Amino acid sequence: MTAPDHAAALEQQIDQWRSYLLRRQAIHSVDVVELEDHLREQIALLVDAGLSTDEAFLVAVKRMGDLDALSREFAREHSDRLWKQLVVVGTDPGERGSGARTDTIVAIALAVAAAAFVKVPALFGLDLDGDTSFYARNAGLFVLPLLTGYFVWKRRLRASTALWLAAAFVAAAVFANVYPFASGGSTEALTALHLPIALWLAVGVAYAGGRWRQVAGRMDFIRFSGELFIYYVLIALGGGVLLAFMMMIFQAIGIDLEPVFQSWLLPCGAAGGLVVAAWLVEAKQSVIENMAPVLTRLFTPLFAAMLLIFLGTVLWTGRGVDIERQVLIAFDLLLVVVLGLLLYSVSARDQSAPPGLFDVVQVVLVVSALAADAIALWAIAARITEFGFTPNRVAALGENVVLLVNLAWSALLYIRFLRKRGSFAAIERWQTEYVHVYAVWAAVVVLVFPPLFAYI
Amino acid sequence: MEISKDLVAASSTPIVLAILAEGDSYGYAILQRVRELSGGRLEWTDGMLYPVLHRLGRLGYVESRWEVAETGRRRKYYRITSEGQTQLEENRRQWQAVDATLRGIWRAVSVSIPVGEPVWGAPSVGAV
Repeated sequence: MTAPDHAAALEQQIDQWRSYLLRRQAIHSVDVVELEDHLREQIALLVDAGLSTDEAFLVAVKRMGDLDALSREFAREHSDRLWKQLVVVGTDPGERGSGARTDTIVAIALAVAAAAFVKVPALFGLDLDGDTSFYARNAGLFVLPLLTGYFVWKRRLRASTALWLAAAFVAAAVFANVYPFASGGSTEALTALHLPIALWLAVGVAYAGGRWRQVAGRMDFIRFSGELFIYYVLIALGGGVLLAFMMMIFQAIGIDLEPVFQSWLLPCGAAGGLVVAAWLVEAKQSVIENMAPVLTRLFTPLFAAMLLIFLGTVLWTGRGVDIERQVLIAFDLLLVVVLGLLLYSVSARDQSAPPGLFDVVQVVLVVSALAADAIALWAIAARITEFGFTPNRVAALGENVVLLVNLAWSALLYIRFLRKRGSFAAIERWQTEYVHVYAVWAAVVVLVFPPLFAYI
Repeated sequence: MEISKDLVAASSTPIVLAILAEGDSYGYAILQRVRELSGGRLEWTDGMLYPVLHRLGRLGYVESRWEVAETGRRRKYYRITSEGQTQLEENRRQWQAVDATLRGIWRAVSVSIPVGEPVWGAPSVGAV
């Protein structure tokens, strides 16, 4: 080898050593810079003394000491580092800081824009109290375009993709507003509920940034959605506490904030909060990264046990499912929760790991949910003619079928995997492909249902 | 001869502070100075110096700054603070007390111990 070869090999070795160190939570990148300076100086001295670069590297690394012990020492000195910090702009000096700062500025600007958007219709005389239905139908359109815009900017999407996404939002805005909905009708409520679901796909395409066609890209989006949900709930809780204090202390000086609260703080906060949550998930992927999988781990066995007890009770007592108005919705939501549990354990699972006890629990959960749902569907199918097809019922039934198909096929793939006849990747692929089906179904509800049911 | 871990740990603070009292320095140079002063008898694991430096920083005995070294790499320099100076004085008194005590005892028992090489390993440690 020539001298440049040696130098390149050394750089590679140091790179490896550095990335190995960086994986330690207690050792920050600034410390790694400091340690690397030390290592290089040591190597230089040893090379001067006549050692080859390889030998010098080995000796220098050896002198640095056992990395586990070193990491422990660092952890003892900086125990706070084991609690990951929510510092938005990285503390490490250098070029990475400025990128994070631009990102912060753009995200906050977009959040403010989202908050302002909510108030734009008010300029045209549409206020939140009087025109609730207008706001409900367009709820997604206030925030999601900005969220999409953030990812278009962040991922540097091609102009053609950005145009397609813009077209989707324009189309959504047109359909949400041109249909002559009966005031307070079911189809209007269905549109309000389903439009954001359909548009979430557009957010996903922007989020994946050219990787939408890949399983991994869509899986990242699923992970992102789950984390976003958790962040959003946390922000909402914090916001609730803030607002409650605000109301209380202003009440103490005799100012009633109730009107401001309803027409400004709540809607603007809800809109801006979503963008902030998305940005936090992006900026701090590693902080609460494992939250969704942790919750899944915790609740999968509990839900499985609950469903098994439910099924046992049904069999034991022979009670039929009482078809109340809310029953279908309740079972739809149950399937959504089970699906969520499945999705987030799939998203966090090591693909190559062999099947384990948790996988069995997962299958038990899915199968028992399917069984419970089948009982409900059976009861509904038997009496659907008696009740008639209202838009709500058809939508709820359709959702149920969409979820049922997903879960049934997932259960099959999972069992195959457990019996070592299939791979885990097949489950992942199925779940990520199926994302499209939800969006398509939601779009059908938005586009087809209103004319089909005469806008009632 | 190897100096025990406990002794290394106990002496690290005064040694590092004393070296910094000679002038601002950085990790690698501090270690080199330790080797030089102890004649190679005081062997520290290189990496372990850094948590020590960070601890002294947290206690306010030293402060650090980044500079670009002649090699073009960024390097973290440490400087002793006035609090560190006070601490060093305090440490010095303590070590001198220990040293004096031991000297007294060594004299008393030296007759009975066959000493090949001086057991008194690192005079620099005591002298700081």
